[in-house]
Amino acid sequence: MPDCDVLVIGAGPAGLAAATRAAETGASVAMVDDNPHPGGQIWRAAAGKAPQDAARWIHSAEQHQVEWIAGARVFAAPAPNRIAVEKFDGELELGYRSLILATGARERFLPFPGWTLPNVMGAGGLQALAKSGLPVEGKKIVIAGSGPLLLAVAKYMKEHAADVRLIAEQATQSALLAFGLRLAAHPGKLIQAVGLRAALLGIPYLTSCWPVAAEGKDKLEAVTLSRGERTWTERCDYLACGFGLVPNTEIAALLGCRLSDGSVAVDEQQQTSITNVYSAGEATGIGGLELALVEGEIAGFAAAGASARARTLFAARDRYRKFAEALEHAFAPREELKALPREETLVCRCEDVTLGRVRSCTGWREAKLHTRCGMGPCQGRVCGAAVEFLLGWKSESVRPPVFPTRIESLTRTEPPA
Amino acid sequence: MINPIDLSVNGVPIAVPAGTMVSTAVALAGVTRFRRSVTGEARAPLCGMGICFECRVSINGREHCRSCQVPCENGMEVAADA
Ligand SMILES: Cc1cc2nc3c(=O)[nH]c(=O)nc-3n(C[C@H](O)[C@H](O)[C@H](O)COP(=O)(O)OP(=O)(O)OC[C@H]3O[C@@H](n4cnc5c(N)ncnc54)[C@H](O)[C@@H]3O)c2cc1C
Ligand code: FES
Repeated sequence: MPDCDVLVIGAGPAGLAAATRAAETGASVAMVDDNPHPGGQIWRAAAGKAPQDAARWIHSAEQHQVEWIAGARVFAAPAPNRIAVEKFDGELELGYRSLILATGARERFLPFPGWTLPNVMGAGGLQALAKSGLPVEGKKIVIAGSGPLLLAVAKYMKEHAADVRLIAEQATQSALLAFGLRLAAHPGKLIQAVGLRAALLGIPYLTSCWPVAAEGKDKLEAVTLSRGERTWTERCDYLACGFGLVPNTEIAALLGCRLSDGSVAVDEQQQTSITNVYSAGEATGIGGLELALVEGEIAGFAAAGASARARTLFAARDRYRKFAEALEHAFAPREELKALPREETLVCRCEDVTLGRVRSCTGWREAKLHTRCGMGPCQGRVCGAAVEFLLGWKSESVRPPVFPTRIESLTRTEPPA
Repeated sequence: MINPIDLSVNGVPIAVPAGTMVSTAVALAGVTRFRRSVTGEARAPLCGMGICFECRVSINGREHCRSCQVPCENGMEVAADA
């Protein structure tokens, strides 16, 4: 007996929209997320208080009796139509008729000398800590990497009285100008972009600029930046650095869903290559909030068998997908970044494996076997995207568990036949 | 502070607002080294979202907890750099 008709993994915008729409049709719906609060990355609750648009979705999920399973991490698929979940205080198994993977994305981290020092964080990473109470008032912060997330983080930090020294965006000015032109076709986005620009007044936004080294004794003290011919050092308390986002596809891979170009492949109903498994939001490709929401709605309707209602949203999805394509193009990491790590720079932070050692291998398999690169607790979630960018190696297939789990969780769950 | 939560980090008591994650409490306690890497380097949170495992600490005696995913609770004993 399944525990629910529709099970949603991930309670970000895509998961919330999916759960709500599925429940609206009368289906019984459960939603699990690793985090203690719903909202995903963008709506990460500020000490328990979610922003308003988030509150609307969370409220309507509650109203439609979506069962919310918090602080629960999916780590295995022990039998067909069942998943295993680990919580802080134990584990449980959940059965479903249809599954929706709304597992979102993570930041792409690229190694450079000093990137392992305390207080060098992801851009979204520092924001997440700040939202959970880390005071940033008066702190000197350099924001670097690539993509619109840098602007969102800068705005957040400025609003919280941080001293944001500068934003270093690796993309070229001309790529961004071309992106700006395409933005004009998306009035909603344009207003957002303009609003951000006003909010960021006074913070230098430097294109074609990136960190070449983070320096400090026990923790970060300064970052050296490079822009064209110029190289200079900026003292700071935090370096918030992320080079765009990469989809979280581990659960999809575990289930055997087809992946394409690093994201979960879906058809027009957001259905994966497995009939009763759907996927929505950034797991299917990086596209921002609006696309995640509309994909979630489509997946929710479709998973509950309401495909006609799903169809009414296709046009909106197409519009946001065009925006997502332009985004990807404008902020693609450039070749020069491959020269950032030195041979002795660590690539794998779990097992402390240097670029030189990884490079001496013929591919992922050998690197894992001989250097343990990607074999630590993060299981390649950080180094995988870096190695793919630096050396062009695609990650190997996933074996359960997709997260390291406590021994008792493993012995209770039979491996798949 | 409304509804402060009392816990300890490396044996030192600290009060934080409700909703604070353990990672933040550790930082607020002035600790910059959350853990030591396999070659002994100091490490601290990177991703803030549960995927990098750099923020691991021991909580109530259980090792390797990702502090960025665990909300603070009264009486918690947190040990960094275990
Ligand atoms: C760190 C970070 C910060 C961001 N900040 C902003 C911002 O400030 N502004 C902005 O416009 N955009 C931001 N973005 C982009 C934002 O993620 C997207 O626009 C949007 O939130 C995507 O929604 P989603 O539902 O697809 O994914 P997400 O919001 O990422 O939600 C996915 C959820 O699935 C959960 N999950 C994944 N795997 C598992 C598992 N195995 N078990 C249990 N739960 C799991 C995750 O914990 C997460 O809560 C950020 C992205 C990242 C990675
Ligand atoms: S900071 Fe990455 S897992 Fe906690």
